Amino acid sequence: MHIPDGFIDIPTSTAFVAASALAVGGAVKGARNQLSDQSAPLAGLTAVFIFAVQMLNFPVAAGTSGHLIGAALAMVLVGPYAATLALTVVLIVQALLFADGGLTALGLSIFNMGVISVWISFFTFVLLKKLLPKTKTSTVAASFFAAFISVPAAALGFVFQYAIGATGTFSISAVLSAMVGTHILIGIGEGIITALTVSAVLASRSDLVYGWESKNTPLEIRS
Amino acid sequence: MKLSSKKFFASSIIISAILAGGVSFYASSSPDGLEKVAEDIGFIETAKDHTLDDSTLADYGVAGIDNERLSVGLSGLIGVAATGIVGYGLFMLIKRKPETKNR
Repeated sequence: MHIPDGFIDIPTSTAFVAASALAVGGAVKGARNQLSDQSAPLAGLTAVFIFAVQMLNFPVAAGTSGHLIGAALAMVLVGPYAATLALTVVLIVQALLFADGGLTALGLSIFNMGVISVWISFFTFVLLKKLLPKTKTSTVAASFFAAFISVPAAALGFVFQYAIGATGTFSISAVLSAMVGTHILIGIGEGIITALTVSAVLASRSDLVYGWESKNTPLEIRS
Repeated sequence: MKLSSKKFFASSIIISAILAGGVSFYASSSPDGLEKVAEDIGFIETAKDHTLDDSTLADYGVAGIDNERLSVGLSGLIGVAATGIVGYGLFMLIKRKPETKNR
């Protein structure tokens, strides 16, 4: 969902550069309190993995593909603040090095995928973790739904930006239904990839997983 | 199957490199969700060319390498390295200095 230059006018794009800058600034502060000697390298690794998997477009419907965003995955692995930063790094590298995602649209894209997706998936995840039993299976299930919902959420972010500052004159409701419909399908892929990755990390190094540890640490006696 | 940190990090980097450097060749080349919607509805015409369209690695290929598999794979590996350096550097910089250990 990397937005090219031109879709959204410059004033709106600039406003979202400011909004994203504020969010990223907040994420730096939040991550500072959260990152440890162990989780900081994991956050870097998460950015690398997301970059790699974002290259893997999968077909979703006739003539349409989707790829992982990775916001929910990063959130579960390293927490929401570091997730925003990981996505920001990936999006900047893609725009600057690979001409993927417009430069003036960078604020728009970071806001949708690095802020909206991350925080929607965070609240979904926290809510599900409260409702479900505290097992690894529930953590994987919560990751799936958090990831699934994060994709149409980012799509709604784009529709909002389109409604404010579209350079084209096409109907907003048409854009809304097409964007949400398509991205619900892509969300299923996002959920599957996220669930598989989270379960692999839970199986090999559950102690590194933010979404597992943070809900269990208070009562856990470490041996 | 608990892995040591060293093994965990090494295998994660190797998996990322295989995905970006090898599997990426098989990725779907259909337009992504946003691009498809823009085509169907019509606002794709408002897209401008990317400022850096002529850069060496534009669109995940290395300029001058004709072999598609090599070109995509190499650009993927470069991306993995670049993301790793920037990401690792950023997070190590942000992280609090390790607390002084109690003796």
